[in-house]
Amino acid sequence: MQKSLTLILNGESRHFDAPVTVAGLLANLGLETRKVAVERNEEIVPRSTYTVTSLADGDSLEIVYFIGGG
Amino acid sequence: MDLDFSEDEIVRYSRHILLKEVGGIGQARLKAARVLVVGAGGLGSPIVLYLAAAGVGTIGIVDHDLVELSNLQRQVAHTVDRLGAPKAGSAAEAARAINPEVAVEPHQTRLTAENALDIIGRYEIVCDGTDNFATRFLVADACVLARRTLVSAAVLRFEGQLSTFKPHAGEYPCYRCLYPEPPPPGEVPTCSEAGVLGAVTGVMGTLQATEVIKEIVGIGESLAGRVLIWDALDMRFRTVRLRKDPACALCGPAATTHDLNEHSRVALTCAG
Repeated sequence: MQKSLTLILNGESRHFDAPVTVAGLLANLGLETRKVAVERNEEIVPRSTYTVTSLADGDSLEIVYFIGGG
Repeated sequence: MDLDFSEDEIVRYSRHILLKEVGGIGQARLKAARVLVVGAGGLGSPIVLYLAAAGVGTIGIVDHDLVELSNLQRQVAHTVDRLGAPKAGSAAEAARAINPEVAVEPHQTRLTAENALDIIGRYEIVCDGTDNFATRFLVADACVLARRTLVSAAVLRFEGQLSTFKPHAGEYPCYRCLYPEPPPPGEVPTCSEAGVLGAVTGVMGTLQATEVIKEIVGIGESLAGRVLIWDALDMRFRTVRLRKDPACALCGPAATTHDLNEHSRVALTCAG
């Protein structure tokens, strides 16, 4: 039986099927990896570790959009 | 440290000198400092004005563009009188009008793979206030290769991001530890496509100038290793940790980027 976990995503509680990695979360949300940075519990997750970083129940995540205007 | 200030300088900088964290020594450090501002736009305008007012001794300004009417909604260093004039020169004129004691060096050129290390190498701290990803990655790479501190801000619509990158000075991340590569072409809009609130660029550029001054004087908590993210609509500032990425191609132990050749190819592709 698949377990679910609760993530706080941009301030809102969301349920996901466990296990879920950062890469899996972005795919689930339909977000292009190269357009965002991911903040997990107030720390940026290195993009090189998205596929191996498993998220834990209660993790707080914010999607930071890549911007480049001046 | 040369503490030889004129009477006018002592009056001009008296509010700085009064601050125990700055004082005469800090003001002398500002006078001896050389800062490069890349992009004399929405971010670059307040940076140049505040650094000049603060008495930063030498300020370089890189911009290849001309002042346009659509710039004046946010680029407060420029004026109606200077429409059509080179932006580097216009921003230099604004800086000199505030403080003739500082040396301003306008570079009316596009920063390229060919000239970036030369220009950046002449300064100690670099501020990125450019409006495109190609130049942002060029500046970021050149700063790591030249071992220069980069204070980088970006804006879009009502949002701003700011960080300081100085991997040469310790276990600090670089820009590519945050964003390893540019977004797919055309996928992230520019300010000219999506808009930006003028005052947002003013806040972010002023925060950038503040961090530059802190780095020069050596006070407070550096923003290196952290990213400040601001949403003006929510009026919410957040500061999040950013660690060095061990797999970073630019500053990691197995770095594969040792020159700016990648940027030459980009330039050729664009030109073609």
